Amino acid sequence: MASVVLSEAEKLYIVHGVQEDLRVDGRGCEDYRCAEVETDVVSNTSGSARVKLGHTDILVGIKAEMGTPKLEKPDEGYLEFFVDCSANATPEFEGRGGEELGTELASTLYRVFSSENSVDLKSLCINPREHCWVLYVDVLLLECGGNLLDAISIAVKAALFNTRIPKVRVLEDEEGSKEIELSDDPYDCIRLNVDDVPCIVTLSKIGYRHVVDATLQEEACSLASLLISVTSKGALTSMKKVGRGSLDPESIFEMMETGKRVGKSLHIALQKILDEEESLGTSRQKVGFLG
Amino acid sequence: MAAISMRLPVARKAVGLSTPRGGEKHLVAPGDTITTDTGYMRGHGTYVEEEKLIASVAGAVERVNKLVCVRALKTRYNGEVGDIVVGRITEVQQKRWKVETNSRLDSVLLLSSMNLPGGELRRRSAEDELAMRDYLQEGDLISAEVQSVFSDGAVSLHTRSLKYGKLGQGVLVQVSPSLVKRQKTHFHDLPCGASVILGNNGFIWIYPTPEQKDEEAGGFTTNLEPVPLSDREVISRLRNCIVALVTQQLMLFDTSILYCYEASLPHQIKDILKPEVMEEIVLETRQRLLDLEG
Repeated sequence: MASVVLSEAEKLYIVHGVQEDLRVDGRGCEDYRCAEVETDVVSNTSGSARVKLGHTDILVGIKAEMGTPKLEKPDEGYLEFFVDCSANATPEFEGRGGEELGTELASTLYRVFSSENSVDLKSLCINPREHCWVLYVDVLLLECGGNLLDAISIAVKAALFNTRIPKVRVLEDEEGSKEIELSDDPYDCIRLNVDDVPCIVTLSKIGYRHVVDATLQEEACSLASLLISVTSKGALTSMKKVGRGSLDPESIFEMMETGKRVGKSLHIALQKILDEEESLGTSRQKVGFLG
Repeated sequence: MAAISMRLPVARKAVGLSTPRGGEKHLVAPGDTITTDTGYMRGHGTYVEEEKLIASVAGAVERVNKLVCVRALKTRYNGEVGDIVVGRITEVQQKRWKVETNSRLDSVLLLSSMNLPGGELRRRSAEDELAMRDYLQEGDLISAEVQSVFSDGAVSLHTRSLKYGKLGQGVLVQVSPSLVKRQKTHFHDLPCGASVILGNNGFIWIYPTPEQKDEEAGGFTTNLEPVPLSDREVISRLRNCIVALVTQQLMLFDTSILYCYEASLPHQIKDILKPEVMEEIVLETRQRLLDLEG
């Protein structure tokens, strides 16, 4: 993970600040930085989204392709995640430097989305045992400013909301061989239901309290973090502890409660912005990368 | 109660050109022709192609008699003798420390250019060399002055005055070096209750004003007591104001920071970083600065 070096006095200042619920940029322990979300930024994908959370910049593109269902789940489609840490973010990611972080983030995403109800995979099935939609979710890290997983999960949810999968019809001839016909109308597509897609909330333990949405400096002061994924209804779908330090069970409970509360507000705010963007329709001015 | 604000991105508006005095500046982008007159000598940031003088960086053209050069707006710090810098120790070597100052090469702080505790003046011995790590470790922040510049552009620092030395508790903000205005003094004790060091290299250090002034500030014993909440609020607000000024490309000096602080008082500290509040505050600051001059 990209990290900054801090002096002992700076770390002490940050830790004492968190104790008093006043972080370096004036936020409280449960406040997020101002986020900017935009969908449909990449034209040759089925769905895409870009999220800027402070100095963290994430771009997610989703491509829907036809494939064969997995053997153990013949009537469902599936998602494949790939995280690319680009050298734009920090020089450490040059060449193969970002591979380790990328595989770690991708495996966390697989885990978060492994629960049964997060995405309706049955709607991705075309022909049981033969054809299904595979959603390739590609995440690109453009800038690392702390709290990568939260921003990635917000971007993935926004991109899934934006994904448009073309409608297909299965035609059967006399001999029994099946043909797949794509509809001619480019606007005739199915949308995914993202109500149960979880968002990740990272809670970093600093001193005796925990903070949400840590910056790079705050991450350097925290020895242990708890990653929880929360759905919009407040249900926890997965939990992971990262970091060298230890967490005692009481603080884990407290962090879980904070995470659920913050997660619900995060979903409400995100859904509101996605609906707002949707309602602007074609009159929306796309900002993209040159804005 | 968690506060989460999400918004749709808005295209950036061009910041209006405000030239208070001094007239027009000739701004160029890479590839722009500066002049087709062949009588000029080319300086930094320019090159000659097909008898035309073309800029290679984005910045303002400076002309001294026959020498034409382009001073880039976004660049690494180029050291000049006498500048105050704030730097972070990256390495501890045999008789010197390597300091990161946002320049092309790491700056150097020689053991002989460093104040010993107690302010004693004596020849540095082998014990001093072995005890270097007790004075400054990797990650520590220091304030220093540029003593000289090597031929390859690396900067040599010294802390031979009691006002320089290791920095204690506070907040560091990193900005572009071209936004820090050159002034007589870069150490300011702001009336709002905090002190600030405006390093020429773009590192701005905000810290609580120490109570006793006669205590050697260049000492190595850092005050590790918790900073009171009122001071913390002032420091956080100053930090957000500086970030706002930098986003709107305003020069940083004590008056601009102070006016921005006063303009931000009606807002909550964490709201200062919202784009619309930032614009409003900086507009008010710009207005007050123009009134001050004209």
